[in-house]
Amino acid sequence: MENNKFESQFEAKLANNDVIEPKDWMPENYRKHLIRQISQHAHSEIVGMLPEGNWITRAPSLRSKVVLLAKVQDEGGHGLYLYTAAETLGVSRDELLDNLLTGKAKYSSIFNYPTLTWADMGAVGWLVDGAAIMNQVMLQRTSYGPYSRAMIRICKEESFHQRQGYEIMTRMAFGTPEQKAMAQDALNRWWFPSMMMFGPPDAESPNSENALKWRIKRETNDQLRQKFVNQTVPQAEYLGLTMPDPNIKWNEDKKGYDYSDPDWTEFKNVISGNGPCNKERLAARNKAHNDGAWVREAANAFAKKRKEVYEAA
Amino acid sequence: MKDNQGPLWEIFLQKKAGQPYVHCGSLHAYDKEMAIQNARDLYTRRQEATAIWAVPANAIVASSPEDIGPFFEPANDKVYRHPTFYQIPDAIGPM
Repeated sequence: MENNKFESQFEAKLANNDVIEPKDWMPENYRKHLIRQISQHAHSEIVGMLPEGNWITRAPSLRSKVVLLAKVQDEGGHGLYLYTAAETLGVSRDELLDNLLTGKAKYSSIFNYPTLTWADMGAVGWLVDGAAIMNQVMLQRTSYGPYSRAMIRICKEESFHQRQGYEIMTRMAFGTPEQKAMAQDALNRWWFPSMMMFGPPDAESPNSENALKWRIKRETNDQLRQKFVNQTVPQAEYLGLTMPDPNIKWNEDKKGYDYSDPDWTEFKNVISGNGPCNKERLAARNKAHNDGAWVREAANAFAKKRKEVYEAA
Repeated sequence: MKDNQGPLWEIFLQKKAGQPYVHCGSLHAYDKEMAIQNARDLYTRRQEATAIWAVPANAIVASSPEDIGPFFEPANDKVYRHPTFYQIPDAIGPM
């Protein structure tokens, strides 16, 4: 009875476009859905540091090196904003990290692909960050307050990520024939994995219905994917590159491009742990976590000891 | 609940002197020095602040959402606390 009253108040808030805050009553499934989504998002930011970290020591100029460092640092920061947003729902940071390190939690499938050449730094910024931003712009208006605030902050910082990626692409596409071939190769390899970032097609997306009902998401996977294609095709044309999908064609009726779906079998394989780099990524995260254990222990012991001294005085 | 990340701190930033401190988010740190340093690295990468407050999250006292109605009710019916409640002759102009 009591729960029904709270539930109808909760639904009235959503209907009114009000925001849900941590201390407000919320259905258990809403809480669980958010913990899963926000922590996966956080893990993606953290694991997302690895493919680009791969190129920091080999960036072709000092300018590109400082830019890449700043971008990877932003991603670490974005992971931290998101972890604290998830923690407001009653999970601990250690629990969240354990889930990542043991492979129990998922993160975006895109980060299980290797970054083979410098042109990949361009394609990742242009396509991967482009797709992420499309999703994140929508999430600024998500119904959960701490998640929405994290997204607003992240979007503000993220727009440089996509622009720096496209800048690399323009330099390579208008460079020597070899550079242009590298740019084309990067587009070929990153296009379909980027299209997968929006998740499975609406008809087969198990979490979409609740996410939309609860206004956690406001657009469907396929709607966002279509927007991404519409945005990207003209940008590829400008670069003089060929989209690696022969079915991309302007469709006047829907005022958007027709396109082919990515290979959903590959998508399922990669998210269930069998992508080209899954093992490497998890091993790198575990190594960093274990190598840093002594720092956490020392800092914790130092803080405790100083507190004792302070309290004794 | 095992937690090796240190206590949670709420971070407030002041963009420049004269402006109010505004809450921007939270972070984990083992002590106050680390809280301030982490806050600088995490929340001021683009000159968002010239001053930082870090407050242990468990030191914050908050109103509870169930009480919103009765708790804030007393302010609800006192229109005379607003300037528009009063009639001033047109001849006087803006006041």
